[in-house]
Amino acid sequence: MRTRWPVSTVAWIWQNLYNYAVLIAVKPPFFYMKALLFFVCVMPLFWIIWRGLQSDLGANPVETVTRYTGDWVLRFLLITLSVTPTRKIFGWNFLLRYRRMLGLFAFFYACIHFGIYVVDQYFSVETVLEDILDRPYITLGFTCFVLLIPLALTSTNDMVKRLGAKRWQKLHRLVYVIAIGGVLHYWWLVKSDIFQPLVYALLLLILLSCRLWFHQRNSLAIKTMRPG
Amino acid sequence: MLIKTSRDISESEVTDKKLYLKRREFIKRTTALVGVPAMTGLFMSEVLAGEKLTSVKKSSFSTDEAMTPFDKISHYTNFYEFSTDKEKPAELARDFKTRPWKIAIEGEVKKPTAYDFEDFIKPHALEERIYRLRCVEAWSMVVPWVGIPLASIIKRLEPTSRAKYIQFETLYSPLQMPGQRPGFFGSGLDWPYVEGLRMDEAMHPLTLLAVGLYGEVLPNQNGAPIRLVVPWKYGFKSIKSIVKIRFLEKQPITTWSAMNPREYGFYANVNPNVDHPRWSQKQERRIGSDNWFAPKKKTLMFNGYADQVAGLYSGMDLAKFI
Repeated sequence: MRTRWPVSTVAWIWQNLYNYAVLIAVKPPFFYMKALLFFVCVMPLFWIIWRGLQSDLGANPVETVTRYTGDWVLRFLLITLSVTPTRKIFGWNFLLRYRRMLGLFAFFYACIHFGIYVVDQYFSVETVLEDILDRPYITLGFTCFVLLIPLALTSTNDMVKRLGAKRWQKLHRLVYVIAIGGVLHYWWLVKSDIFQPLVYALLLLILLSCRLWFHQRNSLAIKTMRPG
Repeated sequence: MLIKTSRDISESEVTDKKLYLKRREFIKRTTALVGVPAMTGLFMSEVLAGEKLTSVKKSSFSTDEAMTPFDKISHYTNFYEFSTDKEKPAELARDFKTRPWKIAIEGEVKKPTAYDFEDFIKPHALEERIYRLRCVEAWSMVVPWVGIPLASIIKRLEPTSRAKYIQFETLYSPLQMPGQRPGFFGSGLDWPYVEGLRMDEAMHPLTLLAVGLYGEVLPNQNGAPIRLVVPWKYGFKSIKSIVKIRFLEKQPITTWSAMNPREYGFYANVNPNVDHPRWSQKQERRIGSDNWFAPKKKTLMFNGYADQVAGLYSGMDLAKFI
């Protein structure tokens, strides 16, 4: 009988587990990580559906769901915007591969957010238009939603190629405007309790100042690179 | 000075545990037996939210619309003294102390007095009034209040001829009311909460001081022990947990109108024709429907009480005096 390594089945199992562990630790398998992230990102949706099934949405379920999804739009926008700073500060370039999904989830929750609002108005174009025209916070929220659409549509690799990286990037800088608008949309909605919108605003301020700082550092670096 | 010394309590003096646990039931039964007006009996003891109110007269002012379930009325409240979240006051007000409770009567009145809550309401009969409640946030409920017409209380307090307005104040107690604590940014309102009415509005038969809901003592989160109910005005006028009533010659500055006069006026009459920058006032969501997307109701002028109250405002530009 031939002897082989490993000598026992138990050792063989351990060897394999170890190999996989090393594989995962050293080089995260992109596919699995992405699937995991996708799962995490749909969790808020599952959670609210679960609460709905338990009749745990309070006295005003439409308001609860609208607020909830609106909150998640802002959260996903902030998470998406934190990719670049984290990547630059910690050098985690692999994060870039997950940014598209995060951004698309912001759009996904925005669709539910806006969708519920429209259903709640009984698809009455008249009511929706009046709201958009008369109520500043809705004007702003709607504008941000509309601006998200081209970003979602041009999120594919193919579109990046077609537009060219430069133009694509320029277009996608719209996300700064959208995030600021989104936070203001929330701020203008509340009556006096500005605490939550303020938290979003502060986080956004930090994320945007990071970019300003990177930008200045870069231009400084370019200047000093000039031969004297 | 009398100094009481402690002594052991003999076994016979200890209340039987079964009886002790049934004490509310006991009070109710004895008051019924003895024939004392049940209300007096109930308010004499340590009354807590949920206690049944008896000898409550029905009123012809009540609407016959479907009432909003108790659970929704008590778990969807704007009570910023506790929280700006509508569900939280139910939890945060659980231990709110509504006894002893003083109500100070001040200003243009024959005899300024501070009443104990019990003495304040004792002379009056309780009525059930099923009213529509319309919030400025475009939602509405149908609430079976139990209370006393404010007019009969005012008559008893004997304001002077100079009293043209009436001002109410909510309790200021940051220890009990977390929303009043100077937090990170607070809730943005100036405490204590102040509301007011013109004298003729206050004397209107629809205006109520409520002490109960669904035939029971008012839940703490709904403004216990005593709150105002003005059914033709937006909900924020109906001030909760009142500790002070002041009769004034001049129109008082009220909390929300001070905070944002463009959005919240002194009158705050329900008016579908005057839009709010945040909510369309043309329609309202009736809270409590099982159908999430139940059609919204058209908001009615003066919340449907126009026949009774429109006369109060004849000749006034209601687009200006919001």
